[in-house]
Amino acid sequence: MALPEAKQTATEARLAALTLPEGGCLAAARHAALSRVQTMGLPGRRDEYWKYTRPDTLVQADVPEAAVFETGEPPMFNDFDRLKVVFVDGVFDAEASDDLSLEGITIERLADAEKKDIHWAKDLYGVLEARGQTPVQRPLAALNSAFATDGVVIHVTGKPSKPINLIYRHADTGSDAILHHVIRVDAGAEATILENGPAAARFNKCMEIDVADTGSLHLVRAQGRDHERRAATHLFARLGKESVFKSFTLTVNGVLTRNEAVIELTGDDAVAHIAGACVGDGDFHHDDTVFITHDALNCESRQVFKKVLRNGATGVFQGKILVKEGAQKTDGYQISQSLLLDDDSQFLAKPELEIYADDVACSHGSTSGAIDEEGLFYLRSRGVPKAEAIDLMTLAFLAEAVEEIEDGDVADAIIARLQGWLARRH
Amino acid sequence: MLEIKNLHVKLEDEDKQILKGLDLKVEAGKVHAIMGPNGSGKSTLSYVLSGRDGYEVTEGSAELLGEDILELEPEERAAAGMFLAFQYPVEIPGVGNMTFLRTAVNAQRKARGEEELSASDFLKEVRAKAKTLKIDADMLKRPVNVGFSGGEKKRNEILQMAMLEPKLCILDETDSGLDVDAMKLVADGVNALRDEGRGFLVITHYQRLLDHIKPDVVHILADGRIVKTGGPELALEVENNGYAGILAEVDA
Ligand SMILES: Nc1ncnc2c1ncn2[C@@H]1O[C@H](COP(=O)(O)OP(=O)(O)O)[C@@H](O)[C@H]1O
Ligand SMILES: [Mg+2]
Repeated sequence: MALPEAKQTATEARLAALTLPEGGCLAAARHAALSRVQTMGLPGRRDEYWKYTRPDTLVQADVPEAAVFETGEPPMFNDFDRLKVVFVDGVFDAEASDDLSLEGITIERLADAEKKDIHWAKDLYGVLEARGQTPVQRPLAALNSAFATDGVVIHVTGKPSKPINLIYRHADTGSDAILHHVIRVDAGAEATILENGPAAARFNKCMEIDVADTGSLHLVRAQGRDHERRAATHLFARLGKESVFKSFTLTVNGVLTRNEAVIELTGDDAVAHIAGACVGDGDFHHDDTVFITHDALNCESRQVFKKVLRNGATGVFQGKILVKEGAQKTDGYQISQSLLLDDDSQFLAKPELEIYADDVACSHGSTSGAIDEEGLFYLRSRGVPKAEAIDLMTLAFLAEAVEEIEDGDVADAIIARLQGWLARRH
Repeated sequence: MLEIKNLHVKLEDEDKQILKGLDLKVEAGKVHAIMGPNGSGKSTLSYVLSGRDGYEVTEGSAELLGEDILELEPEERAAAGMFLAFQYPVEIPGVGNMTFLRTAVNAQRKARGEEELSASDFLKEVRAKAKTLKIDADMLKRPVNVGFSGGEKKRNEILQMAMLEPKLCILDETDSGLDVDAMKLVADGVNALRDEGRGFLVITHYQRLLDHIKPDVVHILADGRIVKTGGPELALEVENNGYAGILAEVDA
């Protein structure tokens, strides 16, 4: 079927500005991804899946500029014992990074893995992304698989002693970064990945995660700082038997962020928790789009998304739980809530459940509301100044999402960021 | 301590006058009780004094320790020494009771230019005061008033009062919904705070509470005005004959 003309033109224009890396063991995967993009076309304003978020600036050939912003705060996770992997405007920076060797984990640069004739990454690269194209198309992810210029390939074989911190620095106001990471977690292995930084003026990031039976992976990311930056990220995860995958994302600032998470629970008793807290002010647009598929027995999934919006900021949530036939004893939970600090802000939510098994417990809820005036007066009547009382209630609102972070120190660091964001607005 | 003159209050959004020329003076060291039929304006008085939105003062004044409080923000009134134990304490999901108490105590200290309480001093004090009110560690950890029983909420109000050490304490029907034992706890908590520098305004329907918290002065509030003032015997009269007799006598 031919694409609508506008979509065809936009897609061609974007593709013309990119070069497909040739050679290496991922060449076939890249070519296949390119033809997926060509068939699907890049997202357009008329697409149902982009009803609440305008994809134009994520798709257009020219990169909208983004100033580099100084908050005065030290970078996130700065004082953590971690292994740093640094990218500047989407390019791996060996100098700024730590030595990549660490017991229990193998980290390689994507370009190095790609050069080899045989590499396990070949079985994963573009594979989970391709699976994630049905039933809903995600063309920006396919574009990423085709054209990613950098990234890391991580193999978790044991229990590394410290988290891996992927740091995305932004230096060039016109940078357009496409990063692709592939992560494989072996049976019984366990690791934590931290991600932070604005990355680039425009950032397209794709992460494919395969967690084997009994493996576990924790992902905590902080997207923030540079207000003018734009990002489209995709997370594709496949979970084996009794495996665990937990992801939390903090987003502060950013004119446009679209975070998609596509999770497949394929082994019995697997657990997936996807959470996010975002705080937005002014021309801030944040979109969480989540698709969780239960395809095994007795799996648990939780989606917890909280958004604090002010001065006309927009929050979007599209979250789906699909329970396939035979996925009995599924425990699915989804909550998306926004706290609107004024009348100009808006929250657009589309929660969905699609269930083909009869013995399941799934619940979803979505709410949007203002600060509770009664509670505010109660706090103030006890001497808490208005601004502080609002902050207290705002943090309380976000708490359910932040509580999804297992590591207490990481959670504290995230809370400190949220407090900083609130304090800067007094 | 508290001096209210000719206070007229109407609802902000409605053309409804609730307080219609209320005069009241509470001296330091004294306990004044206000009794009155439902809907007479008792809670409104307590809200207006503590600065809740939704009411408009159309006439009159209210001073706390010589300072006009009606123009102050609720938190400024609190720092000036005003405290209201709510008739219906508010639940605040997600905010831990302990965090709430510490934030409040330190905010008031800061507003008064005093040093903040250290975490350990604060803990010591809270634990001691909670214990006398039979508030357990679990209640201190839980979100403010969330899932508390009626009695627990009222005891939590008294704990806040004990921690904040206000100058003027208003208790709005703190006895409602309490069984005899809980009422005794609450009354003991209040009595422990009685001292020369502190005034109390105890709003209640029943004589019951006043058996435990002995008032110096009793006022009858009806239709937005103090219609009668007397000693503790006035509360007994209400208990025995209801308001009808008093109101008829006033009308006459
Ligand atoms: N916010 C409000 N909105 C509408 N009516 C109110 C409000 N506050 C008080 N009132 C009305 O004002 C009158 C006095 O109420 P209240 O002060 O609660 O009396 P009391 O505490 O003595 O029972 C009642 O008729 C009540 O319905
Ligand atoms: Mg009342």
